[in-house]
Amino acid sequence: MNRPGIRPVGRLVGRRLLAAVPVLAAVTFGVFAVAAASPFDPVQQYAGSAGLTASQETLDQLRRNLHVDGPFWERWWDWLTSALTGDLGDSTALRQPVAQVIGERLGWSVLLCAAGFALAVLAGTVLGVAAARRKGGLLDRAVTSLSYTLEAAPPFWIGLLGIWLFAVQFHLLPAGGLTDSGTDTVTAGGLLRHLALPALVLGISQLPWFLLYVRQGVGDALEEDAVRGARARGLAERTVLLGHALRSGLLPVLTLIGSRIPELITGALLVETVFSWPGIASATVEAATATDFPLLAALTTLATVAVLAGNLLADLLYGLADPRVALEEM
Amino acid sequence: MSTATALGKGGAPRAGRREVRLWTCACVLAVVLAAVLLVPLLHPLDEQAVDMANKLHAPSAAHPFGTDDVGRDVLLRCVYGLRVSLLVGVVAALTATVIGTAVGAAAGAAGGRTDRMVMRVVDVFSSVPHLLLGIFIVAMFRPGVWPVVVSVGLTHWLSTARIVRAEVLSLRSRDFVDAAVSGGASRLRVAVRHLLPGVLPQAGLAAVLMVPHAIWHESALSFLGLGLPTHRASLGNMIQDARGTLLAGDWWPTLFPGLFLIVPTLAIAGLAGVWRERINPRRRSELML
Repeated sequence: MNRPGIRPVGRLVGRRLLAAVPVLAAVTFGVFAVAAASPFDPVQQYAGSAGLTASQETLDQLRRNLHVDGPFWERWWDWLTSALTGDLGDSTALRQPVAQVIGERLGWSVLLCAAGFALAVLAGTVLGVAAARRKGGLLDRAVTSLSYTLEAAPPFWIGLLGIWLFAVQFHLLPAGGLTDSGTDTVTAGGLLRHLALPALVLGISQLPWFLLYVRQGVGDALEEDAVRGARARGLAERTVLLGHALRSGLLPVLTLIGSRIPELITGALLVETVFSWPGIASATVEAATATDFPLLAALTTLATVAVLAGNLLADLLYGLADPRVALEEM
Repeated sequence: MSTATALGKGGAPRAGRREVRLWTCACVLAVVLAAVLLVPLLHPLDEQAVDMANKLHAPSAAHPFGTDDVGRDVLLRCVYGLRVSLLVGVVAALTATVIGTAVGAAAGAAGGRTDRMVMRVVDVFSSVPHLLLGIFIVAMFRPGVWPVVVSVGLTHWLSTARIVRAEVLSLRSRDFVDAAVSGGASRLRVAVRHLLPGVLPQAGLAAVLMVPHAIWHESALSFLGLGLPTHRASLGNMIQDARGTLLAGDWWPTLFPGLFLIVPTLAIAGLAGVWRERINPRRRSELML
């Protein structure tokens, strides 16, 4: 086996970091351009109802004080240079520095996404392999139809039905938040109970894609010569399935996980809002409702970084899993 | 009807089952379209009218889907909500398809540096999650029908652009295009007469597949309170409105709007799957969405 060494990996990471610079510059520039083209005015937002009666001079003075009097590319450049020093401005809706908002909430979102994704991968693998074993069979048809239905169902709707079933009807799990009402301390057991339902719903929303790809990958692998050979040698069906088909069928799917970051972020946006999960995605929705531009700009940039990192991860894993792929060419 | 041969190995649906699927999807879609077009003519609905005497009735013969927290019939509101969702979805999908086809065809036909530049722009757009970009646009331009249409249209043209560009690139190397160019046809004439007709089926398929996506995004934005105004309630608004009654244990104002989102989506996806098999017969269409 001729595994790529550490140097091609380092070179790919370096190339991607270089390529990320113009992408991030373009995305942030676009964000500021859209804001400039929109009717949104930070001065009016800052002044609130006083802005309706204030004189033009006061407003102009305020505009200069807030450093929003120049063209938008100047503001973009100012924002970019201070962002590089870690200063992302202040959130107008949450009244705290944007960096602090992200710092406090990022961990909860990562926890939720990791738990949801782990559930999707586990259930997707089991169901996908079960469906691939007998394509066209009853189980396969049931699992495939379920996948397409779940793919079409909005995650927020699934979340609400989950709340109805588990929290309202059977009082098994809390309906949302991080702690029980009346307390602010996060305990391990309480966290697990509050995490269960959001993670399950996020997992269900990510499941169809994973399941259908595993089914396809393992199904194709079952028709490969290696599997036919293994069967011909009289190996047990279990060994054929787990040792041969699953290995060659699942690996390409696992490497694609990194490319699912956009869908994961989309799912988290909806699931966190439904369950009042104190993560970064629900902060995005709050920021949007209050037209909190500094927070929205930072979170859009952060999401772009996550997507680019996910793409890099997918390419790296793909290259490492398949020795025929040369990392130099990606 | 059996000229469409079974794909045989790999468990692709047999021809008979595919016909059943085709007709089921077509019938469902016809019923849905008839409902959203005809019901408002037969049953004019005042969105603001309330009937507190009949609030939160469970599903019954008089109200098959029950009534909501201000006594409105959930079935009737679902039909109206789906009408709004479909309208927004179709307009947004058409917007996305026009942008995507224009950008993809321009990139593919121009080639060289223009092509590379355009594809860079596509890469930049696709590195921001769609819903987040949509939320950002709506937040800056205030919720409303047009910001939603624009935000869904502006975020969904990327896949169409990629498909159309690839199709144009493959058409450009064909003999009939070479013949037209050496015959002295102008670039514009080659693009309009020879490239565009070949691209249209793919662009049309992409547009049809885009409609469920657009509806999905519209309903997500509306659910988050960033979408359509409440006097133009879509299915997403309805699910948002029903949150309070759900926590009190009344499930029907939440369940049925969701089902109204799922059924047309599955029908459209099913039809598009059959269409895709027709225009790309070699590609197995097991992964539709």
